[in-house]
Amino acid sequence: MDLIANHITHRFGDLAVLDDVSFTVGAGEVVAIVGPSGCGKSTLLSILGGLLQPASGAPELRGAPPADSLNPLTFVFQDFALLPWATVEENVEFPLLHTQLSAAGRRALVEDALRRTGLTDFRQTYPKQLSGGMRQRVGISRALAVKPAILLMDEPLSALDSQTRELLMEDFVRLLADGGMGAVYVTHNLEEAARLADRIVVLSRRPGRIREVVTVPMTRAVRGEATAREKLLALQNQIWSLIRNEAIDAEREVQHA
Amino acid sequence: MLDRAASDVAPKDGATRRVRFRGAGFVPASSRYGGWIALALVIAIWQAAGSAGLVNALFLPTPSAIARAIYQLAVSGALWQHLSASLLRIGVGWVLGTAAGVAVGFAIGLSRLARSVGITFISALFPIPKIALLPLLILWLGIGEEPKIATIALGVFFSTAISVYSGVDAVPRNLIRMAQSFNVPFATIVRKVIWPGALPAILAGFRITASVALLLVVSAEMIGAQYGIGAFVLQAGNLMQTDQLLAGVVILSVFGLAVGKVIGWLETRLLHWR
Repeated sequence: MDLIANHITHRFGDLAVLDDVSFTVGAGEVVAIVGPSGCGKSTLLSILGGLLQPASGAPELRGAPPADSLNPLTFVFQDFALLPWATVEENVEFPLLHTQLSAAGRRALVEDALRRTGLTDFRQTYPKQLSGGMRQRVGISRALAVKPAILLMDEPLSALDSQTRELLMEDFVRLLADGGMGAVYVTHNLEEAARLADRIVVLSRRPGRIREVVTVPMTRAVRGEATAREKLLALQNQIWSLIRNEAIDAEREVQHA
Repeated sequence: MLDRAASDVAPKDGATRRVRFRGAGFVPASSRYGGWIALALVIAIWQAAGSAGLVNALFLPTPSAIARAIYQLAVSGALWQHLSASLLRIGVGWVLGTAAGVAVGFAIGLSRLARSVGITFISALFPIPKIALLPLLILWLGIGEEPKIATIALGVFFSTAISVYSGVDAVPRNLIRMAQSFNVPFATIVRKVIWPGALPAILAGFRITASVALLLVVSAEMIGAQYGIGAFVLQAGNLMQTDQLLAGVVILSVFGLAVGKVIGWLETRLLHWR
């Protein structure tokens, strides 16, 4: 199943946020969206996932999702969005409650999702008892439980410390390794984008337009190797040179707002 | 010129000095037994002053005289007669007012139409002292239990509706968006996200409405009842039986404390995740 941003334009009142953004995320493909602060990255993701109506244009799907997918487009949120009154297990089960699955079927999916994210021993724990990294693991586990075709990730690591970010990045690489699941990964961190994405969509300063689409010229499997790091660094520098001046302008604009 | 503490001044000989503790941000710790000890102390002083004849017993009966009055009330059966009449009115009025308040509060919290209509009505009617409506309610509903129960229900209804829609408004929107992103149906979102998210505010509202019900039952019973703690307190006051009057007040206070404990227990059970 492909996800298509079809000429998406959006504004909040008089403020133009996105201007004619079009691209396609192919099945199993990981596309990162980067750009200066306030360029509309998260707004674009909300539109793609059906949580915000664009002013014009539309998000579209092409092809059928995998037969076992219970929620083809599934978000992983920056702030985790966990139910604080529910245990880890209940949070992961939450999106399955309204499906036609039997209790045993739900339990099997929850078990599998908890196992894949290393949360099996924390099933009875409440979110407030967990670290930020573990909370995001619950968010990822909840997303995996519905067997998504495409993960929509809105700066999923930005609220975490650098060590936890590194560990979760390894998890993302592992989860996306087999190409069975695609992703749109919104981030301001160019290293994360270069590490994870097949293609990187670079947005301009507000209103966000596509400045460039950069293809990462190597498979994700080899990106952890020492020889690949130099190339990835060069790629990050190339993207940074595209957005540096606009990022400075955007920061000044925020400071003067 | 800046006013400096002694520890801020650099010593001339280069010796070290300890950094002065400047405070941890006003965090008062409550003592578990402090309140009870203070209460016992006040009662002891009160009793001593009464026993020593420093206070006229008619103006302020001693705690032991009040305890004696409560005991006599209990033994004679009058306590249960008055208390059961009040409890029945409070119970029925509170349940009716709460049920309506929760329903209207949720409607206002979830529906644009209900919000625009409901908030206007609540803003206009909430400030009216409900006891002022009792004569009108007697006219409408007769002189039985109904007007007293209706007065309590009305008082409870408005506070409940306000706390419920405030609680619904306070549910983090990101949780609702999360649920919508999984195509969770509206009814499930209400049951699994909005209800538990609003529960802290709803239970806080229950604390207020329990007090409102207590105030209103006493007021209503003072206006038109033969039995009930309010009627008993009024009757004792008219006969200048101040020990009986204060016995009624103590019973009300104990009842209020008991309700507070029940709601505290509910909070511990239902909001253990906080």
